Amino acid sequence: MFSKILIANRGEIACRVIKTARRMGIRTVAVFSEADRDALHVEMADEAIEIGPAPAAQSYLVIEKIVAACKRTGAEAVHPGYGFLSERQAFAEALKASGITFIGPNPGAIAAMGDKIESKKAAAAAKVSTVPGFLGVIESPEHAVTIADEIGYPVMIKASAGGGGKGMRIAYSASEVAEGFARAKSEAASSFGDDRVFVEKFIVDPRHIEIQVLGDKHGNVVYLGERECSIQRRNQKVIEEAPSPLLDAQTRKTMGEQAVALAKAVNYDSAGTVEFVAGQDRSFFFLEMNTRLQVEHPVTEMITGIDLVEEMIRVAAGEKLRFKQSDIKLEGWAVESRVYAEDPTRNFLPSTGRLVTYRPPAEGAFGEATVRNDTGVYEGGEISIYYDPMIAKLVTHAPTRAAAIEAQSEALDGFAIEGIRHNIPFLSALMQHPRWRAGELSTGFIAEEFTGGFVPPQPTGEAAILMAAVAAAIDHKLNERKRGISGQMESWRKVTFERERIVFLGAQPFRANILSDDESGLSLDISGEGGALRPVVLQSDWRPGEPVWRGAVGGRSVAVQVRPIANGVALGHAGAFADARVYTQREAELAALMPEKIGADAGNQLLCPMPGLVKSIGVSVGQEVKAGEALCVVEAMKMENVLRAEKDVTVSKILCKEGDTLAVDAVIMEFA
Amino acid sequence: MKDILETLDQRREGARLGGGEARIAAQHKRGKLTARERIELLLDKDSFEEFDMFVQHRCTDFGMEKSHVPGDGVVTGWGTVNGRTVFVFAKDFTVFGGSLSETHAQKITKIQDMALKMRAPIIGLFDAGGARIQEGVAALGGYGEVFKRNVIASGVIPQISVIMGPCAGGDVYSPAMTDFIFMVRDTSYMFVTGPDVVKTVTNEVVTAEELGGAKVHTSKSSIADGAFDNDVECILQIRRLLDFLPANNQAGAPSWPSYDTPDRIDYSLDTLVPDNPNKPYDIKELILKVVDEGDFFEIQEAYAKNIVTGFGRMEGRAIGVVANQPMVLAGVLDSDASRKAARFVRFCNAFNIPIVTFVDVPGFLPGTAQEYGGLIKHGAKLLFAYSQCDVPLVTIITRKAFGGAYDVMASKHIGADVNYAWPTAQIAVMGAKGAVEIIFRSEMGDPAKIAARTAEYEGRFLSPFVAAERGYIDEVIMPHSTRRRIARALAMLKTKSVERPARKHDNLPL
Repeated sequence: MFSKILIANRGEIACRVIKTARRMGIRTVAVFSEADRDALHVEMADEAIEIGPAPAAQSYLVIEKIVAACKRTGAEAVHPGYGFLSERQAFAEALKASGITFIGPNPGAIAAMGDKIESKKAAAAAKVSTVPGFLGVIESPEHAVTIADEIGYPVMIKASAGGGGKGMRIAYSASEVAEGFARAKSEAASSFGDDRVFVEKFIVDPRHIEIQVLGDKHGNVVYLGERECSIQRRNQKVIEEAPSPLLDAQTRKTMGEQAVALAKAVNYDSAGTVEFVAGQDRSFFFLEMNTRLQVEHPVTEMITGIDLVEEMIRVAAGEKLRFKQSDIKLEGWAVESRVYAEDPTRNFLPSTGRLVTYRPPAEGAFGEATVRNDTGVYEGGEISIYYDPMIAKLVTHAPTRAAAIEAQSEALDGFAIEGIRHNIPFLSALMQHPRWRAGELSTGFIAEEFTGGFVPPQPTGEAAILMAAVAAAIDHKLNERKRGISGQMESWRKVTFERERIVFLGAQPFRANILSDDESGLSLDISGEGGALRPVVLQSDWRPGEPVWRGAVGGRSVAVQVRPIANGVALGHAGAFADARVYTQREAELAALMPEKIGADAGNQLLCPMPGLVKSIGVSVGQEVKAGEALCVVEAMKMENVLRAEKDVTVSKILCKEGDTLAVDAVIMEFA
Repeated sequence: MKDILETLDQRREGARLGGGEARIAAQHKRGKLTARERIELLLDKDSFEEFDMFVQHRCTDFGMEKSHVPGDGVVTGWGTVNGRTVFVFAKDFTVFGGSLSETHAQKITKIQDMALKMRAPIIGLFDAGGARIQEGVAALGGYGEVFKRNVIASGVIPQISVIMGPCAGGDVYSPAMTDFIFMVRDTSYMFVTGPDVVKTVTNEVVTAEELGGAKVHTSKSSIADGAFDNDVECILQIRRLLDFLPANNQAGAPSWPSYDTPDRIDYSLDTLVPDNPNKPYDIKELILKVVDEGDFFEIQEAYAKNIVTGFGRMEGRAIGVVANQPMVLAGVLDSDASRKAARFVRFCNAFNIPIVTFVDVPGFLPGTAQEYGGLIKHGAKLLFAYSQCDVPLVTIITRKAFGGAYDVMASKHIGADVNYAWPTAQIAVMGAKGAVEIIFRSEMGDPAKIAARTAEYEGRFLSPFVAAERGYIDEVIMPHSTRRRIARALAMLKTKSVERPARKHDNLPL
């Protein structure tokens, strides 16, 4: 076994590898860029080597620097994590040339699976199910129809030279094939100067299901079940789970065995993932093989009890796999949410900056559920503009899918992040989504279910009653303290607070009558559906100032996000959000007389939607601009975002210049 | 006998209706509450004891003898806020537009006198049309009586003015002499002369909102200390503010049981100051992480944002916080920031509220605009205010403390009791570049030499240790222990007592 390894990565995956290595008694070396000097992985590792400037191309991606760092520290092996150099054949070869072990597959396997077409050929040769189609030249519409009949409908007609959707047609019947063939051919000719087209099966409502495989240098390969990663946003995975709610045991076995066959065919000798696209009818077709540890590997670890990083290190050191296929048992269900520094209410624009608050939920076993949080950040740390904006991977495991989702939902409710925008509200809302809960997934899920973008939902039903009860409990706690203020008038008349209160969640009123407050908790009557009062008991050791109210409501353990606002608290629970204000009857009557204020009119201003740098301003003062025209370009996270006029306007004032660094909501220009 | 008692009930009922139901409805339609509703919200339930409910004006000119409404346009009395005595008067816009008559003024001065005698805070709720013109000089006399009492009570009891409607002409000067002014957005405005007069005299066309709305007075003129969205939000926040304020200049800062732990360690503060000395950070994060429960009542939030002032608590006891804000103009001291902080410091000192100062200041803002605007005198106000303090002063230098601004920001030399610095502190006459250019002017042609000199200067002076060697800094502390350190220091300083020579009053550079 190695005595020292280097982790050629950063963030949560570097921390995760270090944890396992430390448990195995292996010393660790971290590498870091200038931007990561204070990063968590640097602190966790036994040694750390600086490898250059912030941009990854000048640090984490420079093979020579990693090799040099190994030599300097005497690291015998390198774990590449995911991304960066993890699937670079040249990296694996460079390490080999220097006598350093690559904790990953052999360069030949990387090469074989690295090329999309080659990997498909290898898959077909290994009898892995590939998307049915005809790769030869199609002569005529009739020929196309014959092929389509063979494959089964619907089919996709694609330009061989194509891309970007041009020369692409979906056909549901023979007549559509005939027509689509002609159109695709002419489009292909005009767009690419190459009129060859091919036909393949079109998978309706596809799902993304992948098989985890693990091989050693002795020819053994096993599969560790599947993961379903259908909840994606623009091809970025958001939620993953294992096992998949789609598969049955037979399909799992078939897919697993095909994945193993492919792995064996390329002498695969580490952890890897064979990705499939699956139809709702459990048909499945090979997509590609990832020759590295996947981001979402923890869900597999949770249901198999196998530490994939440990096994990768062991097989890299030449050990034989410690288990056979028959030893692998899948237990329970695991769900993973990717917590990102991006603003779900602003089309998921990245958000960077200081983590003013970072309090993940407690990890460990709670009853039948287990919570695991893989992260690379800490409170007071920085989400930098240079790297992936992932903050953490929150994983929950429980005996059933429903329980794992419930645990995930509660863990998300207890996850407090401030200082940057993040997607926890979105993840929380997703966890409540009936279609997700029913497991009726497809890769189009987010696009279909959140068509107008994400608007944080208002609480309804039981969640609303629970939040109203928590608001009343918080208010009660603060009121009781006010009774203890110094300097009160000495009188028979003691200050008391009315116990009959009205809770407003946004505009929704609830009656809450405080009954008693003792060691058994706070008892109150709260109005539910139809306004009828019903009793509820709350227990909590929440203290003012804490961002999460944890406790029991009616015996059920819950977490509620709490942020102070003027005369109230902003609450978040189970994917629903509301400003809560607790009034006396009289205060409520008077508050009802107050006019509703519409938030500051941003219509006459262009606000900066994300923290960033002004790259260019495309308009000048006095200029009339039509809706949709570009106003300026703001660069954030290396992305140039073009800000456009939402309506016809005349620019009256420009408040920044090129090169300025702007905060969120900074006014860029004003319109007349 | 019963009839007589019933008559009282009837008279009371009549008085409580003020200007009548139609006017009350009109008041509500404008999004405003009535005087009595406001008082009801402000005070603990059923604690209001009204005075002078039946007072009527004595004017007989212009047909006024035919028009009498009991109460005469102002509701006065006392009650409690969380059990603590406060006196209150609220202008009743439904009665003669809340305008001030001789008797109306007498109702107010009666309450002012009582508040002073009882050493309890007084709160005025304004929503009125100015002087009652029909009464002429009698109304002006009434104003004068109110003004004089404002001044006598200044620094003895907290005086708070809340502008909840029009407040113009003579009405503005009483609030102007109180400790705090708050406004309600969109429904209140304050000015000496209104848009009509402005147009006649200067030909300037301006709306009431543009001339004296909440936005103007919180961000431009600094007349108002804060603004709120509506009457309910505003009054509930005034209750919150009162929990931070002592009853008078003898009572000491109020306290209540804290849910926070005084020795709470916060490691995230160790990374608050960025590596790059030119990169800003938000000083409010430090304030919120240091004070009890993150509860901070900011004063003048929208004005001179380069300095932050407000109230918080440590171990349950109220403190004042003053902090340079690196996010705005690098936290520089300019005229506006100096005046804002000086006024806040003087309030705290007058009412025995300990002051915690967080320092990250690159100096005073240079330029003709500042110098012509009297920066010397405005800066001197803050220097004067701190130097004058006899309340506990705890100072923490987080980063820059350069030049004269170092002295001004509650340095040891002007009377601070406990002065701490973070290891990131740079206490020096100026930054390295400027200093080297002056000291080593002869070597300016040689970039290598200058670079070496700069490094030398940074190593020697851009740290807290030169100041610590001299005892100007009592201790260099870990950022994560800031709360614990301040809590301990304030606990020790509770018995602070300072003797000053007798004088009539000081001569603050106004």
